[in-house]
Formats: sequence, structure tokens, C-alpha cells
Amino acid sequence: MDYALTDDQRNIREAVLKHCSQFSDEYWLEHDRSGEFPTDFHLSMAEAGWLGIAMPESVGGAGLGISEAAIMVQAVAESGGGMSAASSIHGPVFSLEPIEQFGTEEQQQRMIPPILSGEQKMCFAVTEPNVGLDTTRLKTRAEKVDGGYRVNGEKIWITNAHVANKMMLLARTTPLEECERKTQGLSLFFTDLDRAHIEHRIIPKMGRHAVGSNMLFISDLFIPEEDRIGAEGEGFKIILQGLNPERILLGAEAIGLGRVAIDRAARYARERVVFDRPIGMNQGIQHPLAKCWAQVESANLMVMQAASMFDAGQDCGVQANAGKYLAAEAGFEACHTAMLTLGGMGYAQEYHVERYLREILIPRTAPVSPHMILNFIAEKVLELPKSY
Amino acid sequence: MKVLVAVKRVVDYNVKVRAKADGSDVDLNNVKMAINPFCEIAVEEAVRLKEKGVATEVVVVSIGGKTCQEQIRTALALGADRGIQVEVEGNAEPLVVAKLLKGVVEKEEPQLVILGKQSIDGDNNQTGQMLGALTGMGQGTFASEVVVDGDKVNVTREIDGGLQTVALTLPAIVTTDLRLNEPRYASLPNIMKAKKKPLDVLTPADLGVEVKSHITLLKVEPPAERSAGIKVADVDQLVDKLKNEAKVI
Repeated sequence: MDYALTDDQRNIREAVLKHCSQFSDEYWLEHDRSGEFPTDFHLSMAEAGWLGIAMPESVGGAGLGISEAAIMVQAVAESGGGMSAASSIHGPVFSLEPIEQFGTEEQQQRMIPPILSGEQKMCFAVTEPNVGLDTTRLKTRAEKVDGGYRVNGEKIWITNAHVANKMMLLARTTPLEECERKTQGLSLFFTDLDRAHIEHRIIPKMGRHAVGSNMLFISDLFIPEEDRIGAEGEGFKIILQGLNPERILLGAEAIGLGRVAIDRAARYARERVVFDRPIGMNQGIQHPLAKCWAQVESANLMVMQAASMFDAGQDCGVQANAGKYLAAEAGFEACHTAMLTLGGMGYAQEYHVERYLREILIPRTAPVSPHMILNFIAEKVLELPKSY
Repeated sequence: MKVLVAVKRVVDYNVKVRAKADGSDVDLNNVKMAINPFCEIAVEEAVRLKEKGVATEVVVVSIGGKTCQEQIRTALALGADRGIQVEVEGNAEPLVVAKLLKGVVEKEEPQLVILGKQSIDGDNNQTGQMLGALTGMGQGTFASEVVVDGDKVNVTREIDGGLQTVALTLPAIVTTDLRLNEPRYASLPNIMKAKKKPLDVLTPADLGVEVKSHITLLKVEPPAERSAGIKVADVDQLVDKLKNEAKVI
């Protein structure tokens, strides 16, 4: 049992932190204020090969695992880039997994390299209004037509849809009532985000303004047959494969954000002198921060355990969910405590911790709520009856 | 043309250095280490020479314990072709380093040796010059521009009050100053490739050098804490204090 990073993993962490040091706190503050996508950051990470960290070498990736990908996105968040930085690049890390696993050789070569190089941007269109986490009930309909499908429907919370050229889309190809099981009849597509048939509306939201989330209105979008990933009707099964990596990465990012918040707070507490002594000399300041450190680092162990289980081909559903839950809760506590440590200045944007607090709410609620994770653990681990 | 670059493992420049409680040395426990920034500039310059087609091979050498292989790998990830570690425990002083480098130079016969002008830990600024003296090679120190021209290298040096350009006959030694270039960030594919590049380990005995210390470190202490400032009542008092207390005007 080894809890330390390997030399290679440590190398990756150091290299990512160093790469990210080109992008200052002010860079992220300005992008949060303007709502502008961090194009320079995204492109520089793509050009340096980081987007393909977990993709096989045959499609231009580095062939490493989700553990290394988690270490990477964690360092990205920890650099001060937070969720804005992480969400601008993490899509390709886990969303391309279905193409890599279920796509044909032709699809892999056509679809994956342009995303990894940064030439194209993608979004992941699954969630729908009124359906929430009950994914099998989603209503977007892909009707079979000559040479492909015609799609109509609505999607919500689609990150980066306003800047993307490609879209991974889950839509119903067989009506629910005609399916034996509700998990059947959904199909997965990776296709052009054709703005003539897709209207987007950015959702005004609490934080991570540089990386927008959208409502999508899809009307009569044609998707050619060759853009369907895997067999028709198997879409739900296919996207399930990507869910654990997504939870692991979000958990790792929450840890990164928690770490940078604690670091900023501790630095402020060392330097800020009130009543002739640094405020960090007070246990009332020290203990909450020390407690946050302990919580964040212990949550990290669960996240990394899930990652190494995933890479070893083991079922890591429970660990990935528990890790995401713990990381987000600990990260939230860390960001909140950091703000309180800075007192009034914590509320000022120029000290950055208020931005972290707004951003940590993302991994706390997404991609799955803490409530649903606790339901899952109660049911799967404790064998308690399903409550919903 | 073969280029030899020397790199040193030092405390990362972002780390606030602390002295050990007993003042015997700098505290290196759990401290982040990195390539000396001037050495990183040296690696970048060598890699650029290779990319321009001037250099054919970039060999990077570091002198230290096994841990300095990390810095060699970092240099390989920036584009150097192969590495050499000369195994020396503890902190080798400039003369020892220069003698060991001379051994490597004789073995590798590079046309150009690029070093940082100094390391940010010892701040000695001696190794390049000592290597010049030991090998009899010409040296261009504090370089802000390096242009290889046939069998010569023109080195623009940052000197007091301006720039000086010298032409050196190859083989030659260059030490880098801060403005020579801005090192690149390692890309993931290059980090992966670096793992497969050859890294040889040599001992001082292999190079016929006896590691002998000439310097004893007596004491390390932090700089004195700044004393508190004062408020002056008016300009007259300020001028008076500047004249009679600070004695700066």
C-alpha cells in the first residue's frame, strides 16, 4: 500500500504547476469579471499536450491514467486557476472516453486529435431541464431519417457550448414506452455544433464566469449516421463509463481549490498584523485552517484511491462518489474558512478567496449532488432500501 | 557540434529559505528543489542552438546525489538529448565542480559548454571561470546573446554600464545571464520522452578527480529583521533625519 505519488506523478504535478504559473491570479480575476473564455490558457495547455494525458498514444495522447489526469487537473486548480481553469480543459480528459472505448478506428482518428490539439473545442450535452439526475427520462429525440438522425430537444448546464464547435450529445432514439428497460433506447453522438439548428443561452450564474454554462435549444439538427458512437440504443451504457472519471476529476479539482484557499489564508494570517502580532498567532485562526488542511488531505486520499482503482480496472463507483463528496465538502469548508480568515478583505475580489468560494460550489453540486451520493452509498454499501 | 550544459539542483526560487536552528546550514528538509534558474536558461539556449541546426547534440551534466537526476530529467524534458550524473554526496564547492566538469569535457569533447553564471544558493559565480582556467578554453560570461559563427562564437556580455561583445574560438565556455532567453515550459510528450533518454552515472574516480573540500561552512544566519520605521512631523524634520541620522543626503 503506497500513498505517495510516484516520481513520474510528482514530475507531472511540478510541470503543470510550473506551466500554470504563466497565468497569474489577475489573469483569472479578469476573466472572471469579463466572462471571457480563457483561450490563451486552453490553447497553451493543448499545445503542450496536456489535454491528451489519459488518451492513448494512437490518437495523440500520452497514454497515462486517470490518476495522472487527476493530478493534472488538481494542480491546475491549485495554481489559483480554480474551476475556471480546470473546466476550460477537463472536458476532453474524460468526455472523449466513450469515443476511445466505443468509437470505430475511423471515428477515433477523425474526432479526437483536433480536440486534443486545441483546434476544436467540445461540450458534453446530456443534462436536460425537468429531468435532472433522472437521465433515462431525457426527452431530446433523435428520429431516424435517411442517412442519419433529426434531433429536437433542450439541454441545460452545457459547459462551453457557446464556444464549442463539437458536441457530445445523448438523445433518445427509441421512445421510452417502446423500450423494455428505461436505460435502453438512448444513443450517443459526437457531432458538429451547428448553430443554424442550435441556439444557446448563457445562464447567468454565481461563479466561474470565464467558463459559461448554457441552455441549448435544438431544432431539426441533422446528425449523420457516422457521428453515432457505439450501437444505437446503447448510449446510456456508454456514458456510464465516463461518469466515474468525471467524479474523480471533479473531486481532485475541489482538493486543488481547497489547497490554494488554505495557502492564501495561511499566508495572510502570517503577514497580517493586528494588536501588534500576526493574526495567525491566534489559535482561533490556526485551528480552523489546520482542521481544513487535515480534511482536504484526507479527502484527497479517497479521490486518489478511486483513481488508482479505476486505472487498475476495478469497480470504483463507491470510492469515486465518496471521494467527490468528501473533496467537495472539505474544499467548501476550506474556501469558507479562508474567507473568514481574511475577514473583510476576504470579501474583496482582489484577494481571490471569494472567487474560490463561489467556484467550490460547482464540485459541491455537480456532476451529482451530495444527496444522491449519500443515497448511493446507503444503498450500495449499507444495503439499505432505495429511498427515492 | 556538441553542446555540454551543466545544471545544478537548488532550492526553488519561490521558497523562502530558512537557516537551521543551530545555524549550521540552510534547512533543506521538505523544501521544494528545482533547476537553478540560470542553468535552465543555459539548457534553453543549447536546445535553441539545436533547433536552429547549429548544435547536433545537447548533453546535460549535473553533479550531486541521486536526487539531482530529477533536474537532469527536467532538462531532458526541455529538449536535451542525454544526461550524465556525476555522483557526489553533499555540497560540492565550485573548484571541485569545475574539476569534475573538466573531466566530463575531456571525455565528451564538446565544442561549447554552457553554464549558468551562478547558482542561486551559493551565489559564488566561479564555476564557469574556473572551468575556463582549468581547460584553457576561452570564456564569455554573463551572456545576453550567443551567436555561433563558423569556428567562433560571439557572446554579448552584460557588463557595468552596457554591453560588450567578444568573439571566442571554439571550443569555448559561455555563462548565462538572466536576459539571454526565457526558458520554455516542458510539454507532456517531451516529459514522457525524457524518461527514455539515456542517463549515465559517473563517479569522480571515473574522471580521475579527488573530491577534496577547501572551504568549511562556519555559520548560516538569516538577515537582520528590519527595524520599525518612524513618522516625521514635517519636511524639515525629514530633511534633518536624512542628513544627520541616515546620512544619505
